Amino acid sequence: MARYMLSVFGSAERGEFGDYPSREAMLQAFADTGAFNEKLQHEGHFVFADGLEPATTSTTVDGQGGTPVLTDGPYLETKEHLGGFWVVEAADLDEALALAAEASRACRGVVEVRPFQSAASIEALLEP
Amino acid sequence: MTGSAVEEAITRAHRDEWARVVAGLARRFGDLDLAEEAAADAFVAAVERWPHDGVPPNPGGWLTTTAGRKATDRLRRESRRSARHQAAQMVSYNPPPEATGPVGDDRLRLVFTCCHPALAIEARIALTLRLLGGLTVAEIASAFLVQETTMAQRITRAKAKIKAAHLPYRVPSAEDIGERLAGVLAVVYLVFNEGYLTSAGENPLRTDLTEEAVRLGRLLRTLLPDDGEVTGLLALMLLTDARRSSRVSRNGELVTLEDQDRGAWDRALIIEGHALVRERLAAVAAGSEPPGRYQLLAAINAVHTDAATADETDWSQILLLYDRLAALDPSPIVRLNRAVAVAELNGPDLALAELDRLSGALDGYHAFHAARAALLRRCGRDGAARAAYDRAIDLTGNPAERAYLTRRRGGLVS
Repeated sequence: MARYMLSVFGSAERGEFGDYPSREAMLQAFADTGAFNEKLQHEGHFVFADGLEPATTSTTVDGQGGTPVLTDGPYLETKEHLGGFWVVEAADLDEALALAAEASRACRGVVEVRPFQSAASIEALLEP
Repeated sequence: MTGSAVEEAITRAHRDEWARVVAGLARRFGDLDLAEEAAADAFVAAVERWPHDGVPPNPGGWLTTTAGRKATDRLRRESRRSARHQAAQMVSYNPPPEATGPVGDDRLRLVFTCCHPALAIEARIALTLRLLGGLTVAEIASAFLVQETTMAQRITRAKAKIKAAHLPYRVPSAEDIGERLAGVLAVVYLVFNEGYLTSAGENPLRTDLTEEAVRLGRLLRTLLPDDGEVTGLLALMLLTDARRSSRVSRNGELVTLEDQDRGAWDRALIIEGHALVRERLAAVAAGSEPPGRYQLLAAINAVHTDAATADETDWSQILLLYDRLAALDPSPIVRLNRAVAVAELNGPDLALAELDRLSGALDGYHAFHAARAALLRRCGRDGAARAAYDRAIDLTGNPAERAYLTRRRGGLVS
């Protein structure tokens, strides 16, 4: 089993109904996403999933110096930000891509699939 | 055995066995990098040993055994793969065998991994040529006119993604194989076309690429002999490649199909291509799936290569085939080619009207302006033809085509 992060991006400024055009669309997406999450749990893919508050609510911290430097707002200045994500386990990329396609349909957003580092890849990093 | 006989045996073994050796190692060790390196090591060993020891009776077996030993040596030498690491890799690369999937040749697994849709098209092409075709990084770089370091980086990055993202090393399930195979065929046809209609550089033809694409096409047919589109693509490439030597004149100018010396066409390739097209016609008549895009294109090329002179071309048959192709794939390029057949059957005016409808989509495509120029010229509209030739010359990156178009433009009256 390999672990993947499925990320969903949305605009930095959210409207009245988040990234959705109407209340109905928002509720439908929530319901579909909920059903998809249950399926993930049922089939043993689910590790974690949640949505995030708007990027404008984030605080960036640089603790590398003596006193941590705090900055109001997200680290990256882009028009689109991470809006939520799943962490799933899948046999291989094909299975992860199929889950991502379902996830994208459910939440009405584009999903980026990215593998987590594995024990093997970390070992390779630690090689002399 | 003479030196040249050994050299020939090595060349032949490289051509016939490279993909098999890499694919077998990839399954056994679950690591494409290692598979590629160890396969290359085995061929280096053959170059060193065969001149002294003689060519082994079973070169493929010798290479497989030697490559396996080289891979084990590398693993031991680098001693970087702990038992845990190896176990982790074997899991992702050794999924349970698919009961419903097609034949289990390792090379077919390699094909689908190299042409995986999660890889950029440039990466798919590069990996396919390196791991299946056995071309060196330098050869692939020069074929696509990029720096060797750029190409090496592209291949390394693709292999790193395959490993990190756990791209499967297997033949897709029966329900996915159609779509995935279409992607594989597209990669092979892209390689062929880049060789046949080279888009940039000094050489109008890159025979290294056309030959490699035909070889990959033959390999796919060996692996999937019953797939109509696999056979169709091979037939299409053979029937196109058969005309290669008459396609560029001695002074480096493109020669259109109409003006080609048909006696110079490669009869053996045409016979082989026609046999494949007939095989598909019989299969479809016997209830096989209706022909897809490559089978239709192959059939169109079979009609062209069947005519002893350009005048004898059965254009109504060609138009019929383009109609079927347009029904499958109503893309502007298919409609452009169909319009050329319309011009032959019904005159240039009708074809020009169709081209006008495509001008938005194809304005940046040299072949659109070249076709339009030829039609305008036939209508006697020299001024408009000149403008179209100007656009086509401007847009083409192929030196033979530029030379041809320039001469045609020069022959206009006004």
